[in-house]
Amino acid sequence: MLTALRCVINRDLLLALRHRADVLTALLFFVIVVSLFPLGLGPEPNLLRSIAPGVIWVAALLASMLSLTRMFSEDHADGTLEQMLLGASPLGVIVVAKVTAHWLVSGLPLVLIAPVLALQFDLHQSLLGVLTLSLLLGTPVLSLIGAIGAALTLGLRGGGVLLSLLVLPLYVPVLIIGAGAVDIASAGLSAQGHLLVLGAFLVVAVVFAPWAIAAALRISAE
Amino acid sequence: MLEATNLECVRGDRTLFSKLGFTLGGGELLRVAGANGSGKTSLLRILCGLLSPAQGEVLWRGSSISSLREEYWKEIVYLGHSNAVKDGLTALENLMVTCTLAGMKVDHEQASAALRCFGLAECEALPAKVLSQGQRRRVSLARLILSKHLPLWILDEPFTALDAAAVDYMQTLIAGHVARGATVVLTTHQEVRIASATMVTIDLNARTI
Repeated sequence: MLTALRCVINRDLLLALRHRADVLTALLFFVIVVSLFPLGLGPEPNLLRSIAPGVIWVAALLASMLSLTRMFSEDHADGTLEQMLLGASPLGVIVVAKVTAHWLVSGLPLVLIAPVLALQFDLHQSLLGVLTLSLLLGTPVLSLIGAIGAALTLGLRGGGVLLSLLVLPLYVPVLIIGAGAVDIASAGLSAQGHLLVLGAFLVVAVVFAPWAIAAALRISAE
Repeated sequence: MLEATNLECVRGDRTLFSKLGFTLGGGELLRVAGANGSGKTSLLRILCGLLSPAQGEVLWRGSSISSLREEYWKEIVYLGHSNAVKDGLTALENLMVTCTLAGMKVDHEQASAALRCFGLAECEALPAKVLSQGQRRRVSLARLILSKHLPLWILDEPFTALDAAAVDYMQTLIAGHVARGATVVLTTHQEVRIASATMVTIDLNARTI
């Protein structure tokens, strides 16, 4: 079972390494969207400081949406998904591997680059830690929820648009709590509560999402 | 070993087949014949559990495959229309990944020996995107060489895109597997000459109303 988990993670990372352009697109999109706001709004430090958490979080949401459609569609198109459905290990394990690889490739880079981008908004240094931590807890939840949508819309015409309509509303709680964590920290209060709620989201998503993704994949593959 | 009872398959509003039943023992080969769109692939997908039938059930050693799940999938090989070959991976990596997914422990030596049997010795380190359609098919079929211990092979059009020599090789491979006492289910539009096999044919055309 662990062999299958490791095998799928390795395979997806290897594929991502060989198709670097796909990975960089999402990351560049994130960097550009975030950078457009200071350019568009002008150098007003107070304004920038107050919108920073929201802008970074919304951009992270959209960037992680970009790569979602690809999560299962290639495997579906070339028949690998059928082999995964008929695999010797439970589909839930394969799904966890796929989502982990997706997050390592498209979520983790956002988390790492976010503090640098936050400097454009003159976000106070003490808040960078909270921002990074909130993204670190939040982006895996985005990948897990997004994977449910990606599995449900697999093989549909115009699946990409439908996927955004399906998934973005589900992202709202993560966005509110994630951006709220930085906001509350900038007001000088402790962000611990918000971060704990994000952690709880993550735990719930890790427990239930693989099961839902697996069920959705079985339906879509019929 | 493999038993289908009263299967009915509906795609869209069309009933492809109904009241289909058969029993296959070890050492038997089932060939599913029929025109395009007669439900051959659907039948094979039902037999391996990818598709649930509108009615009826498939039994493996007496228990329903929908309750056996992974237990059943460990014992079968299903090769579908698509090759399950990733463009970005080399032939060898592709074979190793599919084998690992199927729960087999395969090392480099065994995998590259299997590729050599299919005449892919020079291609094993090439990315699959530079391989021809027939070569990709061979990469996916090479898994059969490593699956000789599995009691059921379900093959959807295994001979498409293959050249004459490879078709011959596949036929001996299938005949050998059946002779070992295993069961093979396949669809094909080509004439199959598989030596000394107990071949059962189901013609889906004759059944459709």
